Amino acid sequence: MTEPSTTNPTALAVEMRRVTKQFPGVLANDCINLQVAYGEIHAIIGENGAGKSTLMSVLSGLLKADEGEVLLKGHPVRGRPHLVSRRGLGMVYQHFMLVPNFTVAENVILGNEPGDRVHLDLRAAEEAVRRLGQDYGLNLDPAARIEDLSVGEQQRVEILKVLYRGSDVIVLDEPTQVLTLQEKNELFETLRCLVRDGRTIIFITHHLEEVMALSDRVTVLRRGRVVASLAIQDTDIATLAQLMVGREIGPGEKRTGDVTGDVVLEVSDLTAVSERGLQALDGVSFGVRGGEILGLAGVEGNGQRELVETLTGLRIPSGGEIRIGDQSTHGWSPRQFLEAGVAVIPENRRVRGVVEPFTIAENLVLGRHWKRPFSKGWVLDLGAMEAEAKSLISDFGIVPPDPEILVRTLSGGNQQRVVVARELAKKPVVLIAAHPTRGLDIAGRQFAHSCLLRERSLGAAILLVSSDLEEILDLGDRIAVIFEGRITGILPREEASEGKLGLLMVGARR
Amino acid sequence: MGDSGVALFFMTLLVSTLRKATPLILASLGGFFSEKSGVVNIALEGIMLFGAFVGAVVAQTTQNPWLGVLAAAGVGGAVAAIHATASIWFRANQIVSGLGVNLLAVGATIFLCEVYTGGQRSFMLSVSEKLPRWGPFLPLVYIALLMVPVVYLMVYRTRQGLRLRAVGEHPEAARTMGVDVQMTRFWAVVISGVLAGVAGSFLPFFAGSFAKNMTNGLGYIALGALIFGRWTPWGALAASLLFGSADALQEMLQGRGGVPSQFFQMVPYVLTMVALAGIVGRAIPPRALGIPLRKE
Repeated sequence: MTEPSTTNPTALAVEMRRVTKQFPGVLANDCINLQVAYGEIHAIIGENGAGKSTLMSVLSGLLKADEGEVLLKGHPVRGRPHLVSRRGLGMVYQHFMLVPNFTVAENVILGNEPGDRVHLDLRAAEEAVRRLGQDYGLNLDPAARIEDLSVGEQQRVEILKVLYRGSDVIVLDEPTQVLTLQEKNELFETLRCLVRDGRTIIFITHHLEEVMALSDRVTVLRRGRVVASLAIQDTDIATLAQLMVGREIGPGEKRTGDVTGDVVLEVSDLTAVSERGLQALDGVSFGVRGGEILGLAGVEGNGQRELVETLTGLRIPSGGEIRIGDQSTHGWSPRQFLEAGVAVIPENRRVRGVVEPFTIAENLVLGRHWKRPFSKGWVLDLGAMEAEAKSLISDFGIVPPDPEILVRTLSGGNQQRVVVARELAKKPVVLIAAHPTRGLDIAGRQFAHSCLLRERSLGAAILLVSSDLEEILDLGDRIAVIFEGRITGILPREEASEGKLGLLMVGARR
Repeated sequence: MGDSGVALFFMTLLVSTLRKATPLILASLGGFFSEKSGVVNIALEGIMLFGAFVGAVVAQTTQNPWLGVLAAAGVGGAVAAIHATASIWFRANQIVSGLGVNLLAVGATIFLCEVYTGGQRSFMLSVSEKLPRWGPFLPLVYIALLMVPVVYLMVYRTRQGLRLRAVGEHPEAARTMGVDVQMTRFWAVVISGVLAGVAGSFLPFFAGSFAKNMTNGLGYIALGALIFGRWTPWGALAASLLFGSADALQEMLQGRGGVPSQFFQMVPYVLTMVALAGIVGRAIPPRALGIPLRKE
């Protein structure tokens, strides 16, 4: 381990003592003790809602702890994020904090601009950013605009931001969520290089392989409490998984039984045009039987979003046909798709999945709210809504179990449970699930998968759109691959492998 | 009309256009400050009216037009501070708060005018004869034109300008970088009010008198100029000149038959709607426009 870069080598980089933070209805952090030594990579793991993000917000000064003490390099932290950042703490947030129409350099220097009090010296800023990038192998054009960069590049900008401020304790909140495999490896290389340089890294994740591959020490949170803090050589993936979830994790459920149903959803020669006027779907044809899961694999942005939108009536196709049962859907409104039994778990949960300022109960009956028992004539029946919400909340394990809580305040995993609960409560004939486990932890993922499998056994025709091949291979009866708006192949599960699918995903035709 | 007649027509049009555009330029630059920081400012209209009244009263009382302009700047900043406080700290709906300022301005200026004049709703400005002229124009015209590059440099070439743009686009990002989002917005709105107040003070000087509700929608047209100019200072200048020329034409053609003058009065509104509808390329407002910062 590197020598600590401080005058006080006995102190810890970060120390938290009995930190407690209460939100309405949730005890997010319950008497948490955390010790992070200088120069280590310290992983903090836990499921969605375990309190990781809250803890880091307390550390960064964005939130104030109700009780307890936080020490950063031996100094107490109290409120005021910019004072904490001046003490050397740098945060890389899960949702990047970048101004999209600013350049890389402008984003990096914001709040800490070089030059005199008035004048903005952009040239000096760009030079500084370029030099910093070269030092750490984070190559970026300082004059490029954020909105033109890939997600991986944007993350590098975030890292440059904290380095530019001279931060030596760097917190990364779920940094690998949005990265490709190669970007992930590059990130790990960068982090190792930073630690060699004497910095301390706190790394929040729920991917256990990453913890084993990267970190020196790991602290496990469960329901707001620390359940273990271990050196990495003293543990393994199975132990960590068990600590994190609080029980032994069985293997995920598997498909059982053959598909015997009739074709319920049939798409033939479907074409659609994107907002930019490009051909997003170019002659897509497939069918899904009742009781079947068709996995649709593909690199994101190859027409999946447009396909889901046309299948739910949100986007009008420019050609081709969608049949549901024996009905043609030509000219249907989204309401008609809904009435015909099409349910959708949309990819952008916060925009399309839930109405964040609405309560859990309101979100759970959306789409059915105009029908009995939730509406009588013009009037909503709030009692019926609450009763329905209570039963779905308990069936789907939504936390906190209060129908009147605003969905905005839920964790991502619980928001997804609300979406899944609502859609399945419609008893769908056709279920379209777009990236249903994105951002979810192990338990959330298993939960979503078992829901899909249950719908399959109930006879729904399921289209599972995902860029997660493991998920597709686990669940799909057949697997289709989309590339540039065309289906490049449809394989039965038995014939599919990651290798074959990978080739189809980059456009090699079968 | 002979050749010299045509030349005279265009000279008159040009001079008149610049005069008409002057308050629009300043007020739309004011709007630029506020909106770039993420605060919608339809209060421009009311602030201009306050500026017109206070400017006229102070100039008349002290017999010094410059003191009038200064007072208008002060009252503009003060009124804007009300709108800023409501929108930023109390997270009031910014349209409603702005509308409140506008309604207050109409009532308050009429009332104060009656108090000042002893019952009249307008008064003549004897001081306007003492106004200096640089060439064909009042100095105010040159000041307005000069403000365009000044505002451009302030917003795009200073540290505070970078922060102002950041809080208008992504306030959370700015906050995590240690920028005080709320104070940055507050000062942007106050500067906006100073500029709009000064813009308003021009009106009685040009007219030689103050009359009730004399802004008559100019503040809204200035906001339209800002939007038509796609939220840039140079665009706001160009749009102000265009809208000013429409007004000037309308005035010159009045009583001449042919095109009805209402047609030209309509031009700023139609063009603003065209800009908003994205017919001539999309006008992209600051992303956080109208959204107060939440700290939770």
